Amino acid sequence: MILLVSELNAGKLRPSAREIVTAARALSAIGDEIHALLLGPGAAAAATEMAGYVSHVHFCEDAGYEPFKADVWTAAVAKTAADLGAKAVILSASRSGLSYAPRVAIRLGAGLLEDVIEVESDGATVGAKRFTYLSRVTESIRSLGLPVVISVKVNILSPADPAAGAGQVATIALPIDEAANRVEVLSQAKASTGGVSLDEASIVVTGGRGMGGSEGFTKLIEPLAGCVGAAVGATRAVVDAGWRPYSDQVGQTGKSVAPNVYIAIGVSGAVQHLSGMNRSKTIVAINKDKDAPIFKVADYGVVGDLNDVVPELIKLLKL
Amino acid sequence: MKICTVLKQVPDAEASIRTSGSGVDLAGVTFVMDGMDEYGVEEAIRLREAGHTAEIFTLALGPRRFEEAIRTSLAIGCDRAIHIETDEALDVITQARVLADAVKKEGADLVFVGGKEADWDSSALGPALAEALGWTHLDWTTKFVLTGTTIEATHDTDAGNETVKLSLPAVITTQQGLNEPRYPTLPNIMKAKRKELRKATLADYAAHAPLTKIASEAIQVKARLNKILSGEGPETAKQLITLLRDEAKVI
Ligand SMILES: Cc1cc2nc3c(=O)[nH]c(=O)nc-3n(C[C@H](O)[C@H](O)[C@H](O)COP(=O)(O)OP(=O)(O)OC[C@H]3O[C@@H](n4cnc5c(N)ncnc54)[C@H](O)[C@@H]3O)c2cc1C
Ligand SMILES: Nc1ncnc2c1ncn2[C@@H]1O[C@H](COP(=O)(O)O)[C@@H](O)[C@H]1O
Repeated sequence: MILLVSELNAGKLRPSAREIVTAARALSAIGDEIHALLLGPGAAAAATEMAGYVSHVHFCEDAGYEPFKADVWTAAVAKTAADLGAKAVILSASRSGLSYAPRVAIRLGAGLLEDVIEVESDGATVGAKRFTYLSRVTESIRSLGLPVVISVKVNILSPADPAAGAGQVATIALPIDEAANRVEVLSQAKASTGGVSLDEASIVVTGGRGMGGSEGFTKLIEPLAGCVGAAVGATRAVVDAGWRPYSDQVGQTGKSVAPNVYIAIGVSGAVQHLSGMNRSKTIVAINKDKDAPIFKVADYGVVGDLNDVVPELIKLLKL
Repeated sequence: MKICTVLKQVPDAEASIRTSGSGVDLAGVTFVMDGMDEYGVEEAIRLREAGHTAEIFTLALGPRRFEEAIRTSLAIGCDRAIHIETDEALDVITQARVLADAVKKEGADLVFVGGKEADWDSSALGPALAEALGWTHLDWTTKFVLTGTTIEATHDTDAGNETVKLSLPAVITTQQGLNEPRYPTLPNIMKAKRKELRKATLADYAAHAPLTKIASEAIQVKARLNKILSGEGPETAKQLITLLRDEAKVI
């Protein structure tokens, strides 16, 4: 059987929950029985929704699973996988997923297929594709056996359609392993992405150092993003300058995104930045330097001063 | 206290990547210490400068060429290094197990690992190493304060960031924002030549069978339209909207 761990966001299933169902169904050679595990407040309600997609759903509402702690989630997921005899554990390659998947792999003695964009199986091993070398290379990897732990890149696989019948839903007793509860959360700060999450946005508008300051974001980037329902991104130069929080950063050390449209404004296009967005379906760039490397990866570009072009874009989009 | 900084040597970010046959061809490429690992080396040295009595050792697992990056860490201020030399491209989980064995043998209270490797695009080594050691870990760390054996740190999460408290021993994965790494000075580069760089092999540590293998690598750069407009702001803005609406049909 295959165990999925579906992520919740404020008690609701994340869109990635259906993407990992797609990954699980691609592994039918190792079993048609797909179980989903849901942890934390809201799990019961989300379990009913999940039951439309898989054969079994296990949920545990324990408030100790929120906020996410890698140690605590590792203990719960590894125990469930071992008890159920899972041949594959599939989760989303969000920051949290990337953080505990390796721990689960070590605990289960399983191979890790990390941040994958494609999976298949012959029943005895699992093959996957993933990006390497700052997203410039596509690597094919294979597990040398089972079980495997798989983290699936967000926003790449198409979300699964509901299955024919409804799956069984049951609570599962997974008391917080207090010995594993070694990190105390003192405070949390939310990203200022204005509601649209960078990972899941279908349009991203990113500002670079060319914005000139944080007011470039409030006056130009945020209104433009608002017009098209986009999430706001930033380059490292921008977050280093304190114009935006680190959580808005796109790139090797920030978020990796692949939206339908990526609009880069005042961004030069350094390799570390490209690594986080070069798989976007359509790339748009606005830069006053015609030789800026960002134009090499752009589908549409404007060579010009962003202070002239962006207000005009906002005006036209508002019409 | 003993601090371990784990590092890798990777192609320079600016180096162009080529493939030959079914894999990446690294012949002729310039290699550097992974930029992500520089933050860990820097943080370790800052801890010592802040008054923590610490021995800092570098630990690396990889081919002979890693020596250069290891020497750089010694020139920046690490006291000694252990290089587990191998040409085998072990998977990250197996690497973590070997490194955990080495950390146990050397003894350490704190391990720094780069947050994401610039060659394999993997962020698994830190968490896997922590698990293999039975320790906790914190990833994507942007602020780190050690008082006695208590760590107060800030790190990035899916929703934003959070400030947490944890205790040694721990594995900390580093990223930009944590500090501004220094560069080695010439006198220190000379001095580093006399520091201990101990060579080890996989046979010196518990054997672990690999769990995954690379089948092939390919470069697939998406072809881009490269329709670049120039002219007056209002006019180009109008053309751009038309292209996005009517041609690309994306807005
Ligand atoms: C280990 C490591 C990790 C890194 N990780 C990341 C990462 O995750 N993400 C990331 O983004 N970077 C990362 N970087 C940094 C990266 O190398 C670049 O320094 C950074 O991306 C540059 O940001 P920028 O494009 O905003 O700034 P710049 O390179 O300064 O570019 C600004 C651009 O704005 C244009 N411009 C200026 N004024 C105007 C105007 N009025 N109108 C139009 N255009 C204008 C300029 O022509 C220029 O092209 C990393 C670096 C290292 C070493
Ligand atoms: N090797 C490096 N390691 C870490 N940060 C770096 C490195 N090189 C450049 N930077 C940082 O990357 C940003 C852009 O650098 P530059 O391209 O040199 O202007 C600056 O914030 C630099 O401090």
